[in-house]
Amino acid sequence: MKRSLFSILTILVLAGVILSACAPSAEPTEAPVAPAPTEAPAAQPTEPAEPVMTEKTVTIGFTSSLTGSQEVSSKRQVNGFNLWMNQVNEAGGIKLSDGTVVKIAAQTYDDESTKERVQELYTRLITEDNADFLISPYSSGLTAAASIIAEQNGKIMITAGAAEDDAYKTGNTSLFQLYTPGSLYLISTVDMLKTLDPEAKIALVHENDKFSTSVMDGLKPYLESQGFEVVMEEGYAGDTPDFGPVINKIVDSGATVLLGGGHYPDGSTLARQLYERKVGLKFISLLVAPADTKFPELGDAALGVATSSQWELAATHTPEEAAALGVEWYGPSGEDFATAYEAATGDKPTYHVAGGYMAGLILQKAIEDADSVDPEKVKAALEAMDIFTFYGGIKFDTTPEAHGLQISHVMVVAQWQKNEAGELVRKVIWPADVANAEPLYPIPAP
Amino acid sequence: MQQFNLLLASLPDGILLGFVYGLAAMGLTLIWGVMNVINLSHGPIIALGMFGTFFLVTRMGLSPYAGLIPVAVIGLLIGILIYTVAVHRVINAPHLSSLLATFSVNMIIIGLGTAALTTSPYNVDFSAGSIKLGSTTLLGTRLIAALVSMLFTGGLYLFLYRTRPGKFIRAVANNRSAAELMGIPSTRILALSFGLGTMLAAVSGALIATFFPFSILAGGSYELKSFVIGVLGGLGNPIGALFGGLILGVIESSSQAFLESSWVPVIEFGLFVIILLVRPSGLFGAKK
Repeated sequence: MKRSLFSILTILVLAGVILSACAPSAEPTEAPVAPAPTEAPAAQPTEPAEPVMTEKTVTIGFTSSLTGSQEVSSKRQVNGFNLWMNQVNEAGGIKLSDGTVVKIAAQTYDDESTKERVQELYTRLITEDNADFLISPYSSGLTAAASIIAEQNGKIMITAGAAEDDAYKTGNTSLFQLYTPGSLYLISTVDMLKTLDPEAKIALVHENDKFSTSVMDGLKPYLESQGFEVVMEEGYAGDTPDFGPVINKIVDSGATVLLGGGHYPDGSTLARQLYERKVGLKFISLLVAPADTKFPELGDAALGVATSSQWELAATHTPEEAAALGVEWYGPSGEDFATAYEAATGDKPTYHVAGGYMAGLILQKAIEDADSVDPEKVKAALEAMDIFTFYGGIKFDTTPEAHGLQISHVMVVAQWQKNEAGELVRKVIWPADVANAEPLYPIPAP
Repeated sequence: MQQFNLLLASLPDGILLGFVYGLAAMGLTLIWGVMNVINLSHGPIIALGMFGTFFLVTRMGLSPYAGLIPVAVIGLLIGILIYTVAVHRVINAPHLSSLLATFSVNMIIIGLGTAALTTSPYNVDFSAGSIKLGSTTLLGTRLIAALVSMLFTGGLYLFLYRTRPGKFIRAVANNRSAAELMGIPSTRILALSFGLGTMLAAVSGALIATFFPFSILAGGSYELKSFVIGVLGGLGNPIGALFGGLILGVIESSSQAFLESSWVPVIEFGLFVIILLVRPSGLFGAKK
């Protein structure tokens, strides 16, 4: 009996050991890329007038969803951030006027796409890892959880991959939003529909999470103000596998255009099932999922599906645009960014990648403008920021009502179309002045 | 009237899905019926069945239906392995021991699966056409999945009632000690039963992969449905599980004609509690 008990315990312990080796770990998932000493010995100055060269490492903390429902987009965001960090460190760091060279290190954990882990890990990033600045996790829901911790501890957090508006309207002063706010997410799409088919009947079918709901809250009044009829509105759980009953409702409503979606898993599932059931909608625009390079794995179900995109290489912003607007240009060109990213990962950059890169880039700009890594000075530089980059405009609301909300960045509409070789490619179809293809409208019948 | 039309349009889908849910639950309830073990590794086995289809279709170019045979065989062998390694030593211990043992297997499979396959959604790009029936569209993949589920149910019935090992399984389920006294090798029969349970789970996963995207975590929701179905159909009653699956499928589809999809779990688990309170032996009777 004792022997069997011992055997059971041995099996359980072994299982635990294997599990702990395999399960997402609370240990840092990526070692800091630049593990340089925080205060390197300064070289002896030969002339008193020259600034003393010192090296300082700034730690940027964030969690990423290496597992769970946000994995696909979150990993892209981290890839973008890592590209920026490597470029800065390889270029010798950010140089300040007093001779300090700021190198960047990252401290990151897997949040498993859960809010509970996010709050626990951001607390750890601040209190144990002594992160100097924070980047948000991916998705509005996780960012809302992280923002509470950042705000409580007065840490600056650049929110990438989080479009929902509410977090900036509750008196927070440490958050700075990179994305176009959710309430404006589909405005460009509606403007396009107005020119293509002002009689379109709209179905709003969306994930019932914070982000997608905030997009719909902003969209519905705008649709109505533009004279569109919303014939159906329905939310669904993000892990819904079967959209059959929802699709039956869409057909029954007489809708000709579907606007909605949420994130990658549900959006790709919905697109596939709409195609399989030959619903025959004239236009489908889904949030997030069609912006990913995995989306064409759906095959012909991806054809014609559009998305609102924070950035597309085909419509990347240029110094000429910045000059025309009279705004300072900052950072690399979109082509240089895309080339560097493809060289580093072998993949084409999506807007999630650009978001991760930009989170680092605007922090770099703020440190340069502040000429310091002092959080208060960096915060003041962020509040004063008004720049144009390959990603577009960056300017933050500084009023107490919506502090940190992005007010300069605008979105484009992209759609999966087929090129001459019959391959699925994502084309920019709106605004007309940056489009590289005509909208595929109506979508060809399956 | 509009709601009624929606209900009619959604019902066929619910029935077809119900057969597949029933097949998944049959695996869980068979194991409970034979050895009184709640198999918490049921969900990951369903997910492994999904990945079996994915790799056989995308890497080896097999039809997903031809791929069911290797998936079933591997599912059977995995079950026998799990029983031998993790369950056999605790089969006579209190239920908590076997519960923890299968939970550990669950976590090991998910951990290894996450490391090897990530939690990104996978998709089998396969279509078997569709049939338009009035206001509803029946997908070929779901029709075939329902037919295959019925075939497996029939096969299981014949195996349990017409073959010698099947009769051994029923004998062990009824009274293990008496079966052993009659010379039935109960350890091998228990391992076979566990293997059959995991085989059914893997096959249901393989069928689900033909119409829904999935990840290594996807089996969890089907495991929960299997519990509800098991209670509906009567724990330990494999044939009752099929009817339980049909009831759940119909409830899922019909409720969405009136409510948003996020209400479905509320209804499912509300029903779960009610059945446990009012008729704990299930609608079709638990194992006698």
